[in-house]
Amino acid sequence: MIEMDNVSKWYGPVQVLKNCTLNVSKGEVVVVCGPSGSGKSTLIKTVNALEPFQQGQITVAGISVKDKKTDLAKLRARIGMVFQHFELFPHLSVKRNLTIAQIKVLGRSEDEAMKKGLALLDRVGLSAHANKYPGELSGGQQQRVAIARALAMDPIAMLFDEPTSALDPEMIKEVLDVMVALASEGMTMMVVTHEMGFAREVAKRVVFMDRGEIVEDAQTVDFFGKPRSERAQTFLSKILAH
Amino acid sequence: MFSDFDFNVIYRSLSYLFLDGMTFTITLTVLATLIGVTWGTALALMRLSGFPPLVLFAAGYVNLMRSVPLVLMIFWFYFLVPYIGQWITGSANPMRIGAFASSLITFALFEAAFFSEIMRAGIQSVSRGQTAAAQALGMNYPRTMAYVVLPQAFRNMVPVLLTQTIILFQDTSLVYVLSIPDFLGAASKVAQRDGRLVEMYLFAAVVYFLISFAASTAVRRLNRRIAIIR
Amino acid sequence: MNYRWNWGIFWQVSPDGAHTYFQLLMYGTWWTLCTAFFAWIIALTFGSLVGVARTTPNKWLSGFGNAYVELFRNIPLLVQMFLWYFVMPELVPDSVGTWLKQLPNSSFYTGVVALGLYSSARVAEQVRAGINSLPRGQRAAGLAMGLTLPQTYRYVLLPNAYRIMLPPLTSEFINTIKNSSVVLTIGLMELTARAREMSEYSFQTFEAFTAATIIYIVINIIVTEGMRRLERGLAIPGYLGGRIKKPSLLQRMRLRGVQ
Repeated sequence: MIEMDNVSKWYGPVQVLKNCTLNVSKGEVVVVCGPSGSGKSTLIKTVNALEPFQQGQITVAGISVKDKKTDLAKLRARIGMVFQHFELFPHLSVKRNLTIAQIKVLGRSEDEAMKKGLALLDRVGLSAHANKYPGELSGGQQQRVAIARALAMDPIAMLFDEPTSALDPEMIKEVLDVMVALASEGMTMMVVTHEMGFAREVAKRVVFMDRGEIVEDAQTVDFFGKPRSERAQTFLSKILAH
Repeated sequence: MFSDFDFNVIYRSLSYLFLDGMTFTITLTVLATLIGVTWGTALALMRLSGFPPLVLFAAGYVNLMRSVPLVLMIFWFYFLVPYIGQWITGSANPMRIGAFASSLITFALFEAAFFSEIMRAGIQSVSRGQTAAAQALGMNYPRTMAYVVLPQAFRNMVPVLLTQTIILFQDTSLVYVLSIPDFLGAASKVAQRDGRLVEMYLFAAVVYFLISFAASTAVRRLNRRIAIIR
Repeated sequence: MNYRWNWGIFWQVSPDGAHTYFQLLMYGTWWTLCTAFFAWIIALTFGSLVGVARTTPNKWLSGFGNAYVELFRNIPLLVQMFLWYFVMPELVPDSVGTWLKQLPNSSFYTGVVALGLYSSARVAEQVRAGINSLPRGQRAAGLAMGLTLPQTYRYVLLPNAYRIMLPPLTSEFINTIKNSSVVLTIGLMELTARAREMSEYSFQTFEAFTAATIIYIVINIIVTEGMRRLERGLAIPGYLGGRIKKPSLLQRMRLRGVQ
């Protein structure tokens, strides 16, 4: 589904991604982890070309992200993305947040979009908040709306960029629960996160990044059982210590 | 000092001052603001487009307007607009353009430069994450701007846009240099006709002050409310 | 376009019989600069006093400062100009009024005062913002050392505030130069007035206004560049970038609109 081949990226003279190769098959959940500044957020944003890259190739469902002929907007509409800081549109109500792209991008009717949006809002347990504005919701609630907003586009895959790292601890679970349910339904997911519990429970594979490189790409059991690289071992011992 | 102060001259000319003069001033202010904000937003988008010819044009336009006194610009446009009209319509002679249309074009085009700087700051005040989110939902550039960035930019800038409108309201008094009967022009006409300069100019000052002060107090209050919501 | 170009017009003698149009434009430029310069001195002096008054803990002082700024900001400059020129001489005792009216160059003096006081309200706004943008602890630290309040202003707050205020003060100075064109309404033959006079005598409007526009732009560039050098010269190593948060473009606009 998502195929990254030898992707490299520079900010001026600084190389932030070094020959990253990674595949996510249909229905697979892949967790990307690593210390901060390791390039994992940059990597996931290259998948829907929010971050351009200079070398390598990425295809999603067989469509090249880099090809000039690709209609990027159209491709992005088929890939859901959830951001660290939610990025709900603050000037629009929850309802409008859920429907605006359905109507303006996919050309769905107001009724159809609303039906879909409200059904998904119900699924993330927030039906009661349809008419509120994002600023009136807690962080956890906002992130659940953001997931519903992405799902409303009927995505073929979902990208999560540190979806819980801006949340207070008591709100992390409600977001992870939604993500676990989504995974169990067979959604293709690429998740950048520090939540190792989530990785252990849901991920098929774990990818470990450090300094712009993919250091390790292993089955979940193997990664937690015995990471091959020293850097991954250090990282795990630090993050699992508490 | 105030012994021969003639309130009657004010009273007698009230309908001329307000129905003619102030109506002209307010209409000019409102229309120039609407056109100015629209054209200013377009200029801001050009400036941020990253497309060199558009960037240069917008930057040049804004900097030119900001370097030259409004009075000179009023003279410039009063001279140029008939020629531009002639050029657009292709007629044989410079177009005859009324006082109102001429002032409206002047103020709309002049203030657009200032509105453009406001909108540029407004657009830049919307976080990059918002643009990324809109793009991730499949919105192209025009849609991202229309549905996500510009509505937020306007909201963030409403107090500043209103403050600029108050400045514009005061600036319109400069059409006096073209002998156009706006509020000040009307007051000045009465003043000279009846030889009552003291009364009329003091009265004009009071009226301008009350309107501007009330408006800027309202904007301040709005500002405070917005600050709380954020 | 049936416009007859004549760029040689500047070297022709104007109807006054003695000066070329170019010379008249230069006289205009001189008066523009003089008016702006003296008005700026008034603006800086009064603006600083009023701006400081608005930041003091004294209710009366800050109240007076606020009223001053509101008064001068909410009346159009042109109306203020008329008040000083036409109204003021009538309201003072007759002898003073007559003296004022007969003063040579009275439109220049009136223009300087009107423009100076008008600009002072705007300078006051900048001074207040500059002082308020300093870390709160600075005032307390000054007072805690035993400095009096005026000493705290003189030695601690103002030296830093003025450095922060330099860029906005530069644009206020440029505004003062531009606004000096309003003095033509009470008869001062400054640059814009000379350009208009040239256009009316010679009908070479385009050439006249182009020349004035270019002169204003050149003045603008010189002032901006000069102030930039001054700013660099006055910068304190390692300070400004650090603790003082310069207000963003957005915050500055919230404060007072763009000019």
